[in-house]
Amino acid sequence: MTASAIDRAPPETGAEAGPVASARRSLLPTYLQVTPLTLVLLFFFVIPVALVILVSFFRYQILVGIVPEFTLKNYVDLLTNPTTWSLYLSTLKFTVIVLVVTFVLGFWIAYFLVFHVRNLITAIGLFLVCTVPFWTSNIIRMISWRPVLGREGLINTALQQLGIIDRPLDWLLYSDFSVTIAYVHLFTLFMIVPIFNSMARIDKSLLEAAVDAGATRWGVIWNVVLPLSKTGIALGALFVVTLTMGDFFVVAVMSGGLSGSATSGIFNDLQFLNYPRAAANAVILLIVVLLISVSIFRLVDVRKELLR
Amino acid sequence: MKKTDKLQGKGVSRRTVLKGGAAIVGATAVTGFPTVWAQQLKDVTINHTGMSYSVLADIGRQATKDLGFKVEMSVTDHPGLTNRMVQDPKSIDVADSEIWQTKIYVPQGVTQAIDTRKIKLWDKVTPLYREGKFAGKEVSREGDSPYEIMYRESKDAKSFHDGPTEWATFLPGVYNADTLGIRPDLVGREISSWADLFAPEFKGKAAIQNIPTIGIMDAIMAMEASGAMKYGDKGNPTREELDKTISKLIELKKAGHWRALWNTFDESVNLMAAGEVVIQSMWSPAVTAVKAQGVKCVYQPLKEGYRGWGNGLALMSHLDGIKLDAAYEYLNWYISGWVGGFIAKQGYYISVPETAKDYLTENEWGFFYEGKPATADITSPTGEKTNSAGEVRDGGSYEERFSKVAVWNNLMDEAEFLFAKWNEFNAA
Repeated sequence: MTASAIDRAPPETGAEAGPVASARRSLLPTYLQVTPLTLVLLFFFVIPVALVILVSFFRYQILVGIVPEFTLKNYVDLLTNPTTWSLYLSTLKFTVIVLVVTFVLGFWIAYFLVFHVRNLITAIGLFLVCTVPFWTSNIIRMISWRPVLGREGLINTALQQLGIIDRPLDWLLYSDFSVTIAYVHLFTLFMIVPIFNSMARIDKSLLEAAVDAGATRWGVIWNVVLPLSKTGIALGALFVVTLTMGDFFVVAVMSGGLSGSATSGIFNDLQFLNYPRAAANAVILLIVVLLISVSIFRLVDVRKELLR
Repeated sequence: MKKTDKLQGKGVSRRTVLKGGAAIVGATAVTGFPTVWAQQLKDVTINHTGMSYSVLADIGRQATKDLGFKVEMSVTDHPGLTNRMVQDPKSIDVADSEIWQTKIYVPQGVTQAIDTRKIKLWDKVTPLYREGKFAGKEVSREGDSPYEIMYRESKDAKSFHDGPTEWATFLPGVYNADTLGIRPDLVGREISSWADLFAPEFKGKAAIQNIPTIGIMDAIMAMEASGAMKYGDKGNPTREELDKTISKLIELKKAGHWRALWNTFDESVNLMAAGEVVIQSMWSPAVTAVKAQGVKCVYQPLKEGYRGWGNGLALMSHLDGIKLDAAYEYLNWYISGWVGGFIAKQGYYISVPETAKDYLTENEWGFFYEGKPATADITSPTGEKTNSAGEVRDGGSYEERFSKVAVWNNLMDEAEFLFAKWNEFNAA
């Protein structure tokens, strides 16, 4: 299709335009190939983000919504409000905790699957087992923690019947603890998959060589496996960071509304049609997440590693 | 209905109820029209948009059946409704709004006032809305009381009129008076005041709703009842009053008083049913839902009175000709009884109670409206048993509730300040 279209294209006018024309002609298939993705990105990413940025500079009239008058008030309001800062701080706190926990879990699970399970079929089978929780919706996975952690829940009842505690532990549910548990449960797989993927591509003879050269088991992990899994770790971290930073639902449900997140500030604004301030908040969040992503990519050149 | 497979059984039982409801078809409202007119009317579709608690698919289905033209129901949330009414008014025909929401959309001129002469039962509409009176007595004007926003000068007036005219802002719909929900088996004593929401003994076992405009009212009622503060107007607090109230909420939060802040109806049900919370803000159907699970739960009347709220059906400005006629037909049907009967089992009241009487059994009427003990089991609209014979409806009788409304749901002057402070409460 593309080739015949090029063949039939009318020749450019003038001999001096010749080389330019042929260069253009040879670029045409490339352009055609990138067009679909460009269009998708344009319509579903560039235009919406541009609109959000535009609206973030509009004025808000109470419960009516957007008034198209330029103002910086939304940004000033947000940045000078201690509430915004404490929400971001709390989100960052969760992000760091969840990142560390999911990394530790994800790394060892992937390590086990790749290097300890000799049989490929078994490894794939176990890998699929990791995805089993994803067969139900994440709302159900989250809500199902309630009967486990609740005051009259599984853990509290068990501990009480064993006589270990005499009053139910309140901090199990509707606390930072329960929020972290839910995040880890929901997001660990996003860490496992990319790390598994990069570990699977490590040449096993490298490990043997390291051992032959006198490396300890830990030495192998530290000096060989870890550096070669960098790409996977970076990608996994990116998933976990963006998912945690962008969440308001898990935090609202698992903290019983007692903790907030950066996104819950946006949600609250939307409840009262304060689209301008919500948009400004979204822009700030976008900048923060982009900065984190950039620093992750600074540490690991994912593109180079993937071409390895 | 078997209790074990409640979750799966819900859809089925709902349909079963519908069939039952279909058997008691009301008066057909479209008789007497010339045939051509009736033919045209058949092609009309009326869109009724509002919040989930009053915009029920069953109502649309029954209306479509009784009226001969299509009535479709679409559900949104509070901000969503005002937003659509203002930004996209033509997407709605009949807007089912809360009283306080009229303060947003009436000045925008997106609705037309209702000609009360075209509402056949107008004189039967509860004086709560029409005259600001109930059982012969003045009803509280703290907050946005229905009477204050009831009338307009003319069809297109963009402000409210003090005192009755022939032009109504909306047709009064469903309403109720809310109070606190408690677990009588777990509170361990009698609960009689809003102050009990803050009582130290319920530390870690209390919850408040996380919807600022309503949550603040519960907080204000508790503040005043506990003697911590006296408000000039509970329905329209000053910045300073709001500041102090929210500071108290934050103080309680930091001390671990709140087990949770709930956002949705089902959260409030779960908190109560699981015993996480023993006293909290609650809506009437949530109490019904907890009871349907076989858990003891009481909608406790309190001595300081109730927090009232109400809805009404407003006609959008774009309606004219045959569509406007159809909309009026629908409004007349809405208060003609079927809706009142259906919604009563949900725990709400309808603006013309006496028509609802025809659609309720004597037992149900006595139970829901007159505060009499049930003579037989009471079931929810979906068919689950909510009360056994001999029980009295909690929350008080119809008359007791509305003669004791202390404050109405509202849009206060300092709403924007409230939202900012509430965010602080959330983040604290």
